[in-house]
Amino acid sequence: MELYKKTASEITEMIKNKEITSKEVTKYFLDRINLLEKKIGAFSNVLKEKSMESAEIYDNDNSEEKRKNYDSDLLFGVPVALKDNILSKGDLTTASSRILKNYKGIYDATVVERLKKAGVPLIGKANMDEFAMGSSNENSAIKPVSNPWDLSRVPGGSSGGSAAAVAAGQVPIALGTDTGGSIRQPASLTGTVGIKPTYGRVSRYGLIAFGSSLDQIGALAKSTEDLARIMQIIAGYDEKDPTTADVEVPNYLENINKDIKGLKIGLPKEYYTDELDENIKKVIDKAVKELEETGAEVREVSLPYTKYAISTYYIISSAEAASNLSRYDGVRYGVRGNNENIEDMYVESRSEGFGSEVKRRIMIGNYVLSSGFYDAYYKKASQVRRLIKNDFERVLEEVDIILIPTSPTTAFKKGEKNNDPMQMYLADIYTVSVNMAGLPAISVPAGFVNGLPVGIQMIGNYFKEDLLFNVSNVYEKKRGQIEYPEL
Amino acid sequence: MLSKEDVLKIAKLSKLEFEENEIEKFRTDLNKILEHMEELNSIDTSDIEPLFNVLDLKDRLRKDEVKESYIKKELLENAPEKDGDFIIVPKIVGNENTDN
Repeated sequence: MELYKKTASEITEMIKNKEITSKEVTKYFLDRINLLEKKIGAFSNVLKEKSMESAEIYDNDNSEEKRKNYDSDLLFGVPVALKDNILSKGDLTTASSRILKNYKGIYDATVVERLKKAGVPLIGKANMDEFAMGSSNENSAIKPVSNPWDLSRVPGGSSGGSAAAVAAGQVPIALGTDTGGSIRQPASLTGTVGIKPTYGRVSRYGLIAFGSSLDQIGALAKSTEDLARIMQIIAGYDEKDPTTADVEVPNYLENINKDIKGLKIGLPKEYYTDELDENIKKVIDKAVKELEETGAEVREVSLPYTKYAISTYYIISSAEAASNLSRYDGVRYGVRGNNENIEDMYVESRSEGFGSEVKRRIMIGNYVLSSGFYDAYYKKASQVRRLIKNDFERVLEEVDIILIPTSPTTAFKKGEKNNDPMQMYLADIYTVSVNMAGLPAISVPAGFVNGLPVGIQMIGNYFKEDLLFNVSNVYEKKRGQIEYPEL
Repeated sequence: MLSKEDVLKIAKLSKLEFEENEIEKFRTDLNKILEHMEELNSIDTSDIEPLFNVLDLKDRLRKDEVKESYIKKELLENAPEKDGDFIIVPKIVGNENTDN
């Protein structure tokens, strides 16, 4: 059976109906990881035995009666991959960095705890750009990840491992994190669906921090329904993370098929200029037309400050990264430099442990925070951040969702942007402003250009993930089934 | 424009060290990035309150009750060098650490 072509939702129902066991499903995906891993490189650590042990437990509990003991049965028995920056107890979690190459989680992240309570086997840790810094997944200290649609190309980053694993059918669904587009951009480049929830919707407890005011855990899958299911499990207030929002989580599946007649979609004119690739524009125009055919109303809107989002983002995220990464000094955990002088030991541990992109961000961060430059950079960027947020708030009073491209290009060649960090940073031009404002957004596959996937991005108002799921699901039905990469 | 000395100063603050050939590459990259960031200077932000966090969160207090926490043993498992219940670090007192 070609299980890899099935969605997580379909596999869940098969397990519940006893057409297949969780052990058989987990074994199937472990075999497929094994089969394709040399080509794709999507995993930094595969939890072979542990995932099979969990699957066995869930199989024993797979009766209507016993499933009631779990917090949810929405993904019961279906294996999930975690991005390598999400801690799970006893498992190697390295953020794909040399500095953490021996690090084992000593507790479960809240999302992991919730998945375990929902009967979900954890199949492994997905490869990523080191400390989630990157837009191509070439910055992993473990190995680069290849795009399943064309192995000479990148899958996007930093959740490139999660995206590639789903696209290649190595796992039905995976968790990722999104600080400036790190779920949506790889989703777009690999033909998968990815959601970045509202900031504060999902607990960050147990997430290795990059930019704390921007980071958000989300997921990548083959269908919107899959995302709705996993979000139902992981979303919601957590007392261990005081920045989670105490806002009720609605039933995401209830209205996922609701008619979207009269839905107002805003197309910001700043995103549809001559600079947008003509072929990508064609794909988006078709998607807009299809949404109109399902009853949505489209109008032009304006987000004038989003053109400053890249600069604002790199100042704020680098400042937060410099601060967050100051904890890696080789004292309590991580790789330690071999030096008798403590100061030199810090320097050696960090210089050997971090890769060059991480060092670049730490350097930018400490520069923009240093006395004399704080006002000119960090404070200025934080002021512009408010203007960007105000832009979105104004527009979202007028329309229900904003529709823009997810990425300015399709998957690019490995090495293509490596020597020019500014070119690499611009790969996130359509995604970072959403993180600045903390809004939820979803990237959905809309078509292909020269055999490579193109995603469209829908941005909703705060905590309106349910509306995004509804629109995205209705659009998916209208668009029809998309192909799978030949591997 | 950042000079080589500026780069070395930021590196010191960042507790990072670079090879000679890396310093020039970092200087070029950082200057290119900072130059791009200069575009923010064209925006008048004189009346704008900085935004540090999008959620309007107030300080949250938890109940002051005793709870089980992580035990030393597990925390120590990740320590690079240890002796029983202690993490070993290079000698601090008496050495000349002049960073302060």
